[in-house]
Amino acid sequence: MRKCIVATVVICLLFPTFVLAGAVNAQEQRITLSLATEPPSLDTALATDQISSFLLAHLMEGLVQYGPAGELVPAMAERWEVREGGATFWLRKNAVWSDGKPVTAEHFVYAWRRALDPATASQYAFILFPIKNAEAVNRGELPVEKLGVEALGNYRLEVRFDKPCPYFAKLTAFMTFFPARQDVVERWGRAHAADADKMIFNGPFILTRWIHGARLTLTRNPRYWNADAIRLQEIDLPYITTDPGTHYNLYKDNRIALAPLDASTLSDALSKGYETHLFDFGTLYFLEMNFREDRPTRNLALRKAIQSVLNPSLLVYKVLGLPGVKPAYSLFPSSMRAGEGVVFSEHYPPPVVNYDIAQAQRYLAQAKRELGDIPPLTLLVGDSPRAVNEAEFYQYVLKQSLGLETRLDQQTFKQRISKMRRGEFDIAAAGWGPDFDDPITFGDLFASWNENNRGRFADDDYDAAVRQAQRSLDPAVRLKAFDRMQQIISEQVVIIPTYENVGLYVQHPQLMGVRRSIFGGDPNYRYAWVKP
Amino acid sequence: MLRYIIKRLAYGLLTIWFIATATFFAMHAVPGDPFNSAKAATPQLRENLRARYGLDKPVGEQYLLYLGNMLQGDFGISFTQENRRVNDIIREHFPVSAILGVVALLIASVGGIAGGAVAAYWHNRLPDRLLMMAVVLAISIPSFVIAALAQLLIVQANDLSGRSLLPVAGWGSLSHLWVPALVLGLGTMAYLARLMRSSMLDVMNTDYVLTARAKGLGTWQIFWRHQLRNALLPVVTELGPTIAAITTGGFVVELIFAIPGLGRYFVQAVQQLDYTVIMGTTVFYGAFLVLIVVLVDLLYGVIDPRIRLHGGQR
Repeated sequence: MRKCIVATVVICLLFPTFVLAGAVNAQEQRITLSLATEPPSLDTALATDQISSFLLAHLMEGLVQYGPAGELVPAMAERWEVREGGATFWLRKNAVWSDGKPVTAEHFVYAWRRALDPATASQYAFILFPIKNAEAVNRGELPVEKLGVEALGNYRLEVRFDKPCPYFAKLTAFMTFFPARQDVVERWGRAHAADADKMIFNGPFILTRWIHGARLTLTRNPRYWNADAIRLQEIDLPYITTDPGTHYNLYKDNRIALAPLDASTLSDALSKGYETHLFDFGTLYFLEMNFREDRPTRNLALRKAIQSVLNPSLLVYKVLGLPGVKPAYSLFPSSMRAGEGVVFSEHYPPPVVNYDIAQAQRYLAQAKRELGDIPPLTLLVGDSPRAVNEAEFYQYVLKQSLGLETRLDQQTFKQRISKMRRGEFDIAAAGWGPDFDDPITFGDLFASWNENNRGRFADDDYDAAVRQAQRSLDPAVRLKAFDRMQQIISEQVVIIPTYENVGLYVQHPQLMGVRRSIFGGDPNYRYAWVKP
Repeated sequence: MLRYIIKRLAYGLLTIWFIATATFFAMHAVPGDPFNSAKAATPQLRENLRARYGLDKPVGEQYLLYLGNMLQGDFGISFTQENRRVNDIIREHFPVSAILGVVALLIASVGGIAGGAVAAYWHNRLPDRLLMMAVVLAISIPSFVIAALAQLLIVQANDLSGRSLLPVAGWGSLSHLWVPALVLGLGTMAYLARLMRSSMLDVMNTDYVLTARAKGLGTWQIFWRHQLRNALLPVVTELGPTIAAITTGGFVVELIFAIPGLGRYFVQAVQQLDYTVIMGTTVFYGAFLVLIVVLVDLLYGVIDPRIRLHGGQR
């Protein structure tokens, strides 16, 4: 008997008893993908991360969405109008939730109020702040009913602004603006965004399975208003791990249809002859200067000296050496659009910095006259291998060309952000990804009132330019204001832009129609299909 | 016997209380808090968050509140996975780590004990030398290297054979289990083999083994009845902490093979300063370790009748 059991166990272990799905299945229009982490929350009011944004972009739909060229196209709203004092959205009448009930204006009013309610404690509440009374509601000073948004009947949504917001329609494509159903949220509480069987959706897919930490499955939503345009029947996500090597190995084994590459897997992918793809995240990396009273970096001449020796192209081509990563020279990434079809950098190219060691040394001499001896500068950096490489480059260049000593302060992400916020740095390596498709998402970063302006740069001219860009409805005026911002940033050396990051990836040759987009959830498989 | 168990468990509770307290205060001493995201735009937003999770209260009050909830078996709600309770995270993911750990341990014990015994039997001869060389390799190569190599081998094997012999990563069937378990158990297997070998060598030259040989017992009988059982004792001592380490320490293996175990949640929680998950998993692991150590103590009595568990008797 015992021998029998042992034999059975041995046989079970030796002989695989599984049937694994392949990366793509053309007949059933099914694809398999992997995730880096489990989505922390699929609650549209609470979600902040990229994974949740990716999933919600397939499960839910806001008033508008981004089209293939980054233009706004109708979604829950058939048409809309943005004026100086507010906006109106006319909702389509054929949109229903996955339980068959129609999507109405009331669902948006409820979702936006909920996101701003201090009890919800949404981290992205600020993105709703252009709406009238939003900040006061979020501070708990006004009841949520005072929020400047109103449902006029079932299919018309009226929004009033605190101040003009020319880019408001773009904001509504963001997940915090997605609709929510009061009856569902209140019935299930926390579980309404954590258990697949308790969630409802208005997007092209529904979540049919969510085994926490292990697997999510998205199935085509037949009730989606535009279901005819959706060809994929199922997106299966049975692998969750942050290890980049595993994603690549799964791709090689034909288990998943798309895998990101890093420096180590890239060379293997090239040697295998895989076609590699590039995707521009629109993320800017930079060195941020500390302007607080007690910091040497408050001195303009010192900042100028540093700016004149740190050449981003050296960093990108000699140190990072990754294909696609671009040196950055402006606050605004080179692909940033400022209106339909208008690439900002094509109209107003980045300010030119003269990389000149002799000039840098003259700046340094001036700084020393003004400051006396310059103490070692604290360089606050991240702890990834790339961040360390970068930091050593900065340290070397500053020492070699200016004789400046630097002290590296390496911190994990949360600690680095915390130290930046408290001002415990002279120079900090930072990055910023855009929240919506307008240069103001970078521009207002260094307004004196912005909490994320961690170096405490404050300049009246800059603030005026930000206000102008925020309020003006005239595209030409806005472009000028943005140019003013990038000039001030460079002249005052508020930041030293270093590089723009890109993603490298491999994609299954049969998988077609995948859209990569900086905004509105990425990658976008809504219109993807499997070629036979 | 019963008194002994009760006494050990009481000490165990004290240990757990100590772990909980130390973790709590160490965690709050780390700069930053779980809401330190890159994009908290206003102080108001952070205040709202802190209020929602009770972080606006004094640390002393938070501590008492926490201990109170813990006594009722409630570890609270995750800070980063806003919609999940820590209890659910442990309940759903510990079994995965445990299954992986138990299989790893089975492989490790069987392999380690057999390997050690074989090496001792052919002491200083070729099998011994080969085994000990393998042992040194298995102990000194870190598991993330072995795991990555194993995965690469699977990819190659699948590629060469043109069909799926073994899955590269994932979870859900027996075949998903077996390579990760081997990788996870490898270090322990090597360690046990070395321990078993030296322990066997000690036992081989004792009087009772000589006596048994003099009695005319067969080699196999001596090995099985006298040597193996006596040599096992140090191995069992080691097994307690090893069980705990293996069932809880598979983080790297879980990561590389995309296995939804508890280790991943623990490490992620530390990185993200997810207070409740850190506390919940640490206390849970602590309790688990204490329990295993008590169990191993009891097991001594079974293996070696000379050990009696009458606490305090001389």
